[in-house]
Amino acid sequence: MTRLFTSTVGKKFVMAVTGAALFLFVVGHMVGNLQFFLGAEALNRYGHFLQSNVELLWTARIGLLVMVALHVWSASALARANRAARPVQYANWKPNSASYASRTMVMSGLIIMAFIIFHLLHYTVKVPAVNLTGKDFNTMTETLTGDSTRHDIYEMMVLGFSQPLVSGFYILAVGLLCLHLSHGVSAMFQSLGLKNHNYGPYLDRAAKLIAIVLFLGYIAIPVAVLLTKCGGCCP
Amino acid sequence: MKITLKVWRQKNANSPGWFKTYQSPALNENMSFLEMLDVVNEELANRGEEPIAFDHDCREGICGTCSCVINGKPHGPHKGIATCQTYMRSFRDGDTIVVEPFRAKAFPIIKDLVVDRKAFDRIQHAGGFISVRTGSAPDANAIPVPKENADLAMDAAQCIGCGACVAACKNASAMLFVAAKVSHLGLLPQGQPERYKRVKAMVTQMDEEGFGACTVTGSCEAVCPKEISLDFIARMNRDYGVSLLKGEPKKIAGGGAA
Ligand code: SF4
Ligand code: FES
Repeated sequence: MTRLFTSTVGKKFVMAVTGAALFLFVVGHMVGNLQFFLGAEALNRYGHFLQSNVELLWTARIGLLVMVALHVWSASALARANRAARPVQYANWKPNSASYASRTMVMSGLIIMAFIIFHLLHYTVKVPAVNLTGKDFNTMTETLTGDSTRHDIYEMMVLGFSQPLVSGFYILAVGLLCLHLSHGVSAMFQSLGLKNHNYGPYLDRAAKLIAIVLFLGYIAIPVAVLLTKCGGCCP
Repeated sequence: MKITLKVWRQKNANSPGWFKTYQSPALNENMSFLEMLDVVNEELANRGEEPIAFDHDCREGICGTCSCVINGKPHGPHKGIATCQTYMRSFRDGDTIVVEPFRAKAFPIIKDLVVDRKAFDRIQHAGGFISVRTGSAPDANAIPVPKENADLAMDAAQCIGCGACVAACKNASAMLFVAAKVSHLGLLPQGQPERYKRVKAMVTQMDEEGFGACTVTGSCEAVCPKEISLDFIARMNRDYGVSLLKGEPKKIAGGGAA
């Protein structure tokens, strides 16, 4: 069983399973985010619901961190071995039908990781220095009936995404994430041995379609924020 | 026709190599690529220069000895054929053709375009066989084999062990070759008893030889002269997963002879 962590095929299993878990999170996160369009009440209630159960929240967070760690570990171990396997490069090289996404998984992965760190600092830890608005997202709360307050996520998102630089990085990173997934979502079936000529072509197409849907779903919010903001100044 | 040949020249594994450019003499366009190299070599020999070393044997696409990366693609521009089945009519008069050896750590260069592919033999020795005598060809239907398995096994058995899959892969991964060998035996009844032991042993040897891992780019399938399908890699991964779940066999005390 140690072969799971020592052999190339075993590490691919680790990468595929953790990738699948992270993919499911990405889908769930998008669906949750889209409640933005239902208005402040729905979004803030949802955010409050997620944050109020500390035990579950941290279980999910630690679970996700473990998945990321294993995904990154397997990727870097394999990438190192893959690089070592061809010490002398070709002078004349053609990709021979390898797709752009499949050739750039490491690069897209690294940029996505940088983005995730930024994203966590931005909206989860809410470090004021990285949001470029000069305001502290921690202080954005709304008061409910009685004395209880809850975090005003809606306000935070509008303000956060109205920064064009932040939104730009977000859109770029989501684009790369979807490029990553357009290959990864079907490749993980291949790595786990769950692909053949019957449904393999459908998996390939589904992966690309899912990537596009995710891309549109994710960029909808920053685009909407930027457009409304812009609508205020230009006719 | 005449072409310009830019070829990798390297004296041996330990000395550095470089590209050298040669003008070919007049060629017949119906010559094979290897015959073109023969003609160029003849001229080199006449001039007292060292001929270009390249691998070849059957020259009809069945032995897997010929190699070379021709203009960035192992086995030349066409799909489903080997270098020896590539003809000069596939190129245009006056073309420059770049010829490189297969490049992988596990395939050290012996000389010029010749690389050492013994790593493949060692993978085969690790498990690409059936240990017991399978006898002569069995009577028809004496051992039932589903038609689709027979077909798939035949597809996998087409692999000629040329190593183009390794050469084309950006990770120099040998998965397509190993998958073909694992599947070809694993799909047939005679291969069942050692099916899971085999996949484990062959993957272990593959890793030891220093080949990379699969990132499912599909270049191997695209250049394979026998068009071995990527599906076999999924099949191998599946068998490997089952072999991990099975684990090592239970130890038996006394070895059956108390
Ligand atoms: S799988 Fe194809 S490319 Fe690879 S060794 Fe076999 S025949 Fe050659
Ligand atoms: S020389 Fe035998 S396959 Fe090309």
